[in-house]
Amino acid sequence: MKSLETAGGLIGRTVERVEDAGLLTGRGRYIDDLPVRRDTAHLAILRSPHGHAEIRAINTSAASALPGVSAVLTGDDVGRLTRSMTVGVKANVECWPIARDRVRYVGEPVALVVAENRYVAEDALDLIEVEYETLAAIVDPEKALATDAPVLHPSLGTNLINERSFRYGDPEAAFATADHRIAIRIAYPRNSCTPIETYGVIAEYDPGEDAYDVTANFQGPFSIHAVISRALNVPGNRMRLRTPPDSGGSFGIKQGVFPYVILAAVAARVAGRPVKWIEDRLEHLTASVSATNRVTTLEAAVAADGRITALCWDQLEDCGAHLRAPEPATLYRMHGNMTGAYAIENVAIRNRVVLTNKTPTGLNRGFGGPQVYFALERLVHKIADELGLDRLQVIRRNLVPADAFPYRTATGGLLDSGDYQTAIDRACAEGGLDALRLRRDQARAEGRLYGIGYATVVEPSVSNMGYITTVLTPEERAKAGPKNGAQSVATVAIDPLGSITVKVASVPQGQGHRTVLAQVVAERLGLPLEAVRVNTELDTARDAWSIASGNYASRFAAAVAGAAALAADRIRERLAAIAASQLNVTADRIDFKAGKLFDRDNPDNAISFGRVAAASHWAPGTLPDGTGQTIRETVFWTPEQLEAPTATDGINSSLCHGFIFDICGAEIDRTTGQVRIDRYVTMHDCGRILHPGMVDGQVRGGFAQAIGAALYEEYAYGGDGSFLTGTLADYLIPTVMETPEPLILHHETPSPFTPLGAKGVGEGNCMSTPVCIANAVADALGVEDIRLPLSPSQVSEWLYGEERPPSKPQDSTPVATGASGERLLTGSGSADVVATRESVWTMLLDPNTLKAIIPGAHEVRKVSDTHFRAEVTLGIGPVKGRYHADIRLSDMVAPQAVTLSGGTEGALGSGRGTGRVTLTETATGTRIDYRYEAAIGGKVASVGGRLLDGAARVVIGQFFQALARHAGGGGPPSAAAGFTQRLLSLFRRRR
Amino acid sequence: MKPASFDFLCPDTLEEALAALAEGGGEARVIAGGQSLVPMLNMRLARPGLLVDIMRLEALRRIETSGEEITVGAGVRQAELEAWTNLSRDLPLLAAAFPWLGHVQTRARGTVCGSVAHADPSAELPLSLVTLGGAVSLRSRKQKRKVKADDFFIGMMATDLAEGEMIEAVHFPKARPGSGYAFREIGRRHGDFAIVACAAVADDKGLRLGIAGVDDRPRVFALPALNDDQFDDALNDIAWSLNARDDIHASARYRRELVRNLGRETLKEASRCRA
Repeated sequence: MKSLETAGGLIGRTVERVEDAGLLTGRGRYIDDLPVRRDTAHLAILRSPHGHAEIRAINTSAASALPGVSAVLTGDDVGRLTRSMTVGVKANVECWPIARDRVRYVGEPVALVVAENRYVAEDALDLIEVEYETLAAIVDPEKALATDAPVLHPSLGTNLINERSFRYGDPEAAFATADHRIAIRIAYPRNSCTPIETYGVIAEYDPGEDAYDVTANFQGPFSIHAVISRALNVPGNRMRLRTPPDSGGSFGIKQGVFPYVILAAVAARVAGRPVKWIEDRLEHLTASVSATNRVTTLEAAVAADGRITALCWDQLEDCGAHLRAPEPATLYRMHGNMTGAYAIENVAIRNRVVLTNKTPTGLNRGFGGPQVYFALERLVHKIADELGLDRLQVIRRNLVPADAFPYRTATGGLLDSGDYQTAIDRACAEGGLDALRLRRDQARAEGRLYGIGYATVVEPSVSNMGYITTVLTPEERAKAGPKNGAQSVATVAIDPLGSITVKVASVPQGQGHRTVLAQVVAERLGLPLEAVRVNTELDTARDAWSIASGNYASRFAAAVAGAAALAADRIRERLAAIAASQLNVTADRIDFKAGKLFDRDNPDNAISFGRVAAASHWAPGTLPDGTGQTIRETVFWTPEQLEAPTATDGINSSLCHGFIFDICGAEIDRTTGQVRIDRYVTMHDCGRILHPGMVDGQVRGGFAQAIGAALYEEYAYGGDGSFLTGTLADYLIPTVMETPEPLILHHETPSPFTPLGAKGVGEGNCMSTPVCIANAVADALGVEDIRLPLSPSQVSEWLYGEERPPSKPQDSTPVATGASGERLLTGSGSADVVATRESVWTMLLDPNTLKAIIPGAHEVRKVSDTHFRAEVTLGIGPVKGRYHADIRLSDMVAPQAVTLSGGTEGALGSGRGTGRVTLTETATGTRIDYRYEAAIGGKVASVGGRLLDGAARVVIGQFFQALARHAGGGGPPSAAAGFTQRLLSLFRRRR
Repeated sequence: MKPASFDFLCPDTLEEALAALAEGGGEARVIAGGQSLVPMLNMRLARPGLLVDIMRLEALRRIETSGEEITVGAGVRQAELEAWTNLSRDLPLLAAAFPWLGHVQTRARGTVCGSVAHADPSAELPLSLVTLGGAVSLRSRKQKRKVKADDFFIGMMATDLAEGEMIEAVHFPKARPGSGYAFREIGRRHGDFAIVACAAVADDKGLRLGIAGVDDRPRVFALPALNDDQFDDALNDIAWSLNARDDIHASARYRRELVRNLGRETLKEASRCRA
């Protein structure tokens, strides 16, 4: 592709963003701002409190009867009107947007309520009774492979949903003859990028045409449109999907709104009115999507000088409870560049995809890159250390040579352009590496912990829509037909007054696409920026689009802006012909500048742009013969380099490959374990830069999110599948206070494959920065097994030696991890009461006493002598909830000891526990000793984890306080004021 | 994330508020700045039948000095106390603690007494109140009483507040000349709940160290002099005595180490301020 000449000089300049005036003055139009039909109802979703459970029964009658409720739907109702969503691999498994007979992750939809407003809808959720039978949950991807592991999908018979092995070159020979074999094992955690705006859907169903009309803040890829249409059982033209004008951010996440498009559409159909749903933050954190967590073992065959001759990848990908489209794409997006920036000819790969009781994964900024580069760049660091070589030298020794581009990688990728050596040299010089090394040496001389890390990354952009078919075997692919390419589309239109409208299907999420497109088209047509207006709302019923449309894989600058340039050029060519006929010159002499078309050799021979541009509208008969209209031109462009996977599994998974080299200087506080980024240098080659300000904004944004991944963010799960980070007080996103200022450098080598020479740039730091920081921390501490996020507590484990013991023995640690991996609360206590052992014993077995002493009990029913059911309201401070409790007595040794075990279930969550109570005679009465273990899940575990242990202790303490009071241990009840406190002093722990 | 329905009362007199609290019993709750309560309402963790908004009660919106005590009414927002002219002179510990206390936005709405009533075990204001040996004035329709801060906090979000009762004011002892104060905290991010927060006082009675974020309530301890042989032993035993627990943000061990290290540093700083 020839590089097109620039004329007006708009491209490459940091012009003011056309989006900003509206956004900065509160005039953005986000999905929740859009007008809706006035009979629109609101949807709320009942979600699973359990990581894994069978649904025994759902009773929706009370919810349906609540005034204001129009419809209540269960999984079966949805199932009757839809089909299972398409799964991207060959496997006997269904994938529904709502649980059918089983829940498989905390937050999985279980029932839908449509009501006149969200308040009533949530009131109705509280009235739905679901009977669950909990199953053992599995959250660890490696344990999910064990033969005795609980299986999520019985039809599949295993949690391993896909496995493929690949071989490129001759890895066995390379390993056999290598001087060294060096390996590293990485467990990359689960995290996410977190947009301010959550998911939103407005759905409507027209029974007359059997057609759905949905507005959703979906971001693409529009291949998902096919998944939605199929699931809703309508042809694509009866599934109209529109996107709002503005977006409150996505970073990939908004792709995951599509199961809710299906749910809201069905709910609208059943309710017979439009339905609106705006996801709340708890729903978003718990159940939107996240990146995959992955366990990787990577081994390299290495020559004595540090040259890597082969890589052997073993990747175990955890996609959560369902393999939702387009997964397992996270695992395959990097397939063409599994050798990173290095010329490594022999590669073996084993890819396994496993399902666990966690939220299904999806698109996320960096998509597959952070996982791959964390392993690769930690390994390169380790190779240098083990061979006693300089780390930078090992990197340099393995780079793809500057004269080798376009370079075909072992796995089939085609690296379009680059000069990695020069980019690194410049980063070291302009980034002040020598000074940084001195700084490190000086800090170390003072006994401080200081390290320097590097990361070298190839950033893919413009995905090949065929890369995901690499997960199929060549035979399966042959049967299914080839998939490849990446259609991008742009329309340039001229109205009767000669002004320009550009329309694309890029669905921007805040990046500034409208500004860049105006720059590109205005420059092509010799117009000022203001003459071009850009519309980026997408309507599948009216606009030009294809499966590759949307905002993902950093495709905008390379593909979409390129398509707009091509469309503008076609119009320009015709305008030149029209002007030439009017100015009596040949078309090749026509130039465009300052709103005029003129003879290059005689600039006074000119005509206004508006006059030429309007001709197609007002006087089509005056157009020269053979010159087409200039009213509207739509260009579809797909790069030829994006071929389908080859018979030997070679795949050029992306069109463009940018380059990043990062340097991080980090210091660790010996006392607190806090990591401080002292200096960060990030060198980018993203081809030709269209708008420097936006490129730097992309780098900064990716860098901030990478700081989160490296130091703060993790979607944490308990061993029982409970989700532990349901608020932004537990899922910690860095703020401006935590985000240092990086030094951003650029080295431009234009891509020969894209119309403008540009490449993607938005995701690179999500790939390079986590491992660069990890390498710096490894350098500072001399630790190999670096696990993210690097919380101070985690880091301090490498710093602190043996702990100083107390001067006198302590109780056992109150929190332990149970055999099943559950997060258990344990505790113990005792009290002396002035009653005989027998009378205390009798109380424990009497429902009336139990009613009096179980905190908040409304009703206690005796099922048998050893089995009770109760309705209780439990509360700590303002937090209160109503629960069903089931209590059993066992291991009874009258009147000395009894085990109480049971469970509670309620809107706020569920709990299970056992407590052993022993009674001992004392001089004044009886001493009650108790010891308990409890596990708590559901909403309280998601949002109140920090307070939960203490809260559970208070509730359990209340039970025994009440027992003591009932037995006469607390003295006569007096004014409530000091009473609780006296009781508590009675229950102070014994040392 | 919408609250269950509740009644809302915004009385103009304290008597009206107390009557509503008395009638509402366990179903009634005071709302002031709402920085803790509103998220709990929205998540339906809290479902009171009645909210009594006290922010229109002018009598509660005062900061008053009487003798050796600073009294902060239940309607005083954190930002108002933070901006109080005499803060660094009369309550230097609070002046040191405020930067750690949430964010500018939460301080602009949240009240001093609301934080005390909420009794979050990591919160800076309860810690400061306990460390300074302050008190809490409680009021119900029938009675008024004043409780020592150390007795007021019972456990995790649990206080001595009875049904029908509200906090009318909290009382901070005024700083005395020749005393030193310091506050330090470690959290994951700026403005986060403390993993460990330490408040220290050094005066002619010796050293006192308050610790939040570890036990179920703020705890305060007397310590021997910094140069005493027993000092490190005492601090170590305090670290062990706080029932530190693991959670997703920090291990129990980490919390104990912070009590030792941060505790020592905070006491040193308070001693330096005294000199």
